[in-house]
Amino acid sequence: MTMAAAARFLLRGAVSKASIANVNVGAQSSFGITLLSLSPKCSSKTKTQRRNAAHFTYHPDPVPTEYGPTTKMNLFQSVTSALDNTLASDPTAVIFGEDVAFGGVFRCTVGLRDKYGKDRVFNTPLCEQGIVGFGIGAAVAGATAIAEIQFADYIYPAFDQIVNEAAKYRYRSGNLFDCGNLTIRAPWGCVGHGSLYHSQSPEAFFAHCPGIKVVIPRGPVQCKGLLLSCIADQNPCIFFEPKILYRAAVEQVPTEAYTIPLSQAEVIQEGSDVTLVAWGTQIHVLMEVANMAQEKLGVSCELIDLQTILPWDTETVCKSVAKTGRLLISHEAPITGGFAAEISSTVQEECFLNLEAPIARVCGYDTPFPHIFEPFYIPDKWKCFDAIKKLISY
Amino acid sequence: MPSPFNLIEGDRQQKGGEKRSETAGRWQHDSMQKMLTIISNVLRGSASRHGAQVVSEAASMVASSRSYADFTPEATFDIKKVDLHRLEEGPPLTATLTREEGLKYYRTMQTIRRMELKADQLYKQKIIRGFCHLYDGQEACAVGIEGGITLSDHLITAYRAHGYTLTRGGTVREIMAELTGRRGGIAKGKGGSMHMYTKNFYGGNGIVGAQVPLGAGVALACKYLGNDQLCVSLYGDGAANQGQIFETYNMSSLWKLPIIFICENNQYGMGTSVERSSASTEYYKRGDYIPGLRVDGMDVLCVREATKFAADHCRSGKGPILMELQTYRYHGHSMSDPGVSYRTREEIQEVRSKSDPISMLKDRMLSNNMASIEELKEIDIAVRKEIEDAAQFATTDPEPPLDDLCSHIFANDQPFEVRAATPWTKLTSTS
Repeated sequence: MTMAAAARFLLRGAVSKASIANVNVGAQSSFGITLLSLSPKCSSKTKTQRRNAAHFTYHPDPVPTEYGPTTKMNLFQSVTSALDNTLASDPTAVIFGEDVAFGGVFRCTVGLRDKYGKDRVFNTPLCEQGIVGFGIGAAVAGATAIAEIQFADYIYPAFDQIVNEAAKYRYRSGNLFDCGNLTIRAPWGCVGHGSLYHSQSPEAFFAHCPGIKVVIPRGPVQCKGLLLSCIADQNPCIFFEPKILYRAAVEQVPTEAYTIPLSQAEVIQEGSDVTLVAWGTQIHVLMEVANMAQEKLGVSCELIDLQTILPWDTETVCKSVAKTGRLLISHEAPITGGFAAEISSTVQEECFLNLEAPIARVCGYDTPFPHIFEPFYIPDKWKCFDAIKKLISY
Repeated sequence: MPSPFNLIEGDRQQKGGEKRSETAGRWQHDSMQKMLTIISNVLRGSASRHGAQVVSEAASMVASSRSYADFTPEATFDIKKVDLHRLEEGPPLTATLTREEGLKYYRTMQTIRRMELKADQLYKQKIIRGFCHLYDGQEACAVGIEGGITLSDHLITAYRAHGYTLTRGGTVREIMAELTGRRGGIAKGKGGSMHMYTKNFYGGNGIVGAQVPLGAGVALACKYLGNDQLCVSLYGDGAANQGQIFETYNMSSLWKLPIIFICENNQYGMGTSVERSSASTEYYKRGDYIPGLRVDGMDVLCVREATKFAADHCRSGKGPILMELQTYRYHGHSMSDPGVSYRTREEIQEVRSKSDPISMLKDRMLSNNMASIEELKEIDIAVRKEIEDAAQFATTDPEPPLDDLCSHIFANDQPFEVRAATPWTKLTSTS
């Protein structure tokens, strides 16, 4: 491979057919090694890049007309709006978490304490296990408890409370008790510079736990509706909010309360050749990929936003795959054991004879979320586009 | 040049109006004795219009013959009394500082201060990205603790770790290159601000409170290996409410581990003040059955004496001990936090003017003639240059090579293949 071509690959981050062929042949000269041999030379000539560009372009939803008047809101404002509606209509609702009183680190709870009082919006000490345990208790006693975990990366001390206590309460008490009034919110996903402990996507850990619901929105309109559904839902719910979209995602959002049903995947764009499935920020990456596929390959993609990870809408996805015959699933979390594995497994069971090509999963690498290597780690549009090319040429 | 009469008086007024009485330094120089003789002669003799002139001549004689030998080699200072919990005696009420120690502490604290301010600058230029938690204001803690232990002892702290990385043996160049994520960084560019490590310094930990049980494990290793070392395990006022801290108190007390728990109480757990987060703000008592000390964390000598006391306690086999350092951070929690939405600018200014650790040390040294202003200025200039060099290095050093993305996931003899973005591409992990 010439230096110039290799340099192009470095810049585009795409895997060429040549290096794929190498991998298939079994030689060690994979994509990574190619870049390896380039990077020391390139780094002396090219200046180290400033990582200022986002890996996605935000695609706003069309203005919803069925829920009443709308105003312009970004993602964190849509969260505030949903919480405002809840505190107004439900006198038992309380919001608590670290630093929520002054508005929260992402400004999701700005103004609520002043409006509703310090007994309804209050700070907790720094103790995630305590926060969730406390939330479960408050929910069992009848309050609508909305707990905030400051970053999804910090949810693990509370893992035992969520998985062993919240999820199993109704089951083990034979429906005598339940903590359905509990909703846990946490900022989720990569943010461009978050590195190991401010970028994680832990939905796969919780997907393995029957008894809770896991929901991830892609934008403000979906966020408010899904959050209100989670709060209303009679099961403990974990609501992950893509933190990179807090300011970047701006849409016209209804000011009144409205709900979007859980466990219903949404077909954002209809197509006939490939089914694309994702959730959260990755939807916007795939929207761009779908356009690229249409323009450059003439491939018509059907894009599905899963929205609810657990319990997930198998019917919509399988129906779509039965139509198109090809499936690509994409998420930021590491590939091994990521939620794409569950979708892939179910789809091959249901739609085995419909499949034209193996199911493609474009996900993060099996490493901790890296510090400086983030642009190489995330499943960007080039990796997804390349996967589509392989799908249609299988 | 300080007036000779003030030295005889022995009472110093500290900057900002806070009065601290200090015993005058013990003088051991012939030239000063000479000067006193001259003065007493003048005073004994009848006051003549030449009296003042003689004194000023004597003063200029002393000034012209001044050299480094004229500096006081060591002085003793009164330090604040320490609050005790379950202890009969505490650390001493005076601390002796030698000139070398004083200059060393001054230089280290000034290096930390300048380094943090430089990191602030680079962050605003988007050269450093991610999350950056700055330590300025708390320098006396890191430097004082290191003064009370040795480099063969162990230390572990949370994410506000740049100061400790330096005191534990890191260089400014390595620290800044780690902040910018370059291959010259102390963790090879893979960790960033919160994950810096050196020998016997276990980081640098992102998850609040998680480092404390780790510290107990290190202390157990010290006890098991019988090497008379101890482990200093630091955490903040916010972390003091984490469950694992109390689990660690129990284990280390049960097994009498040589661990010093240190709570760096900088009054705010990110945006929440201590009164609003903790039922008991007496963090030194939170260990209950573990003896505790509450120490002024803005005074490097106070911290050093308390650490020495705590280290002796541990090394004599009495088990764990808990220290609360009352300190303050000038910056917000991290670079994303302006730091003024939960506290007033006046409060920050007040602490800066009255209790700044570097100013306190500087005033002590100058008023006891342990260093000259010029000398300290020279140190400032040298520090500034060191930081500039380091920033230059951190900005120009190349990023780590791409094969580092997958390296060191596991310990493995053979390189193995790591699944990458799609199942048919693989990268190799070497270790």
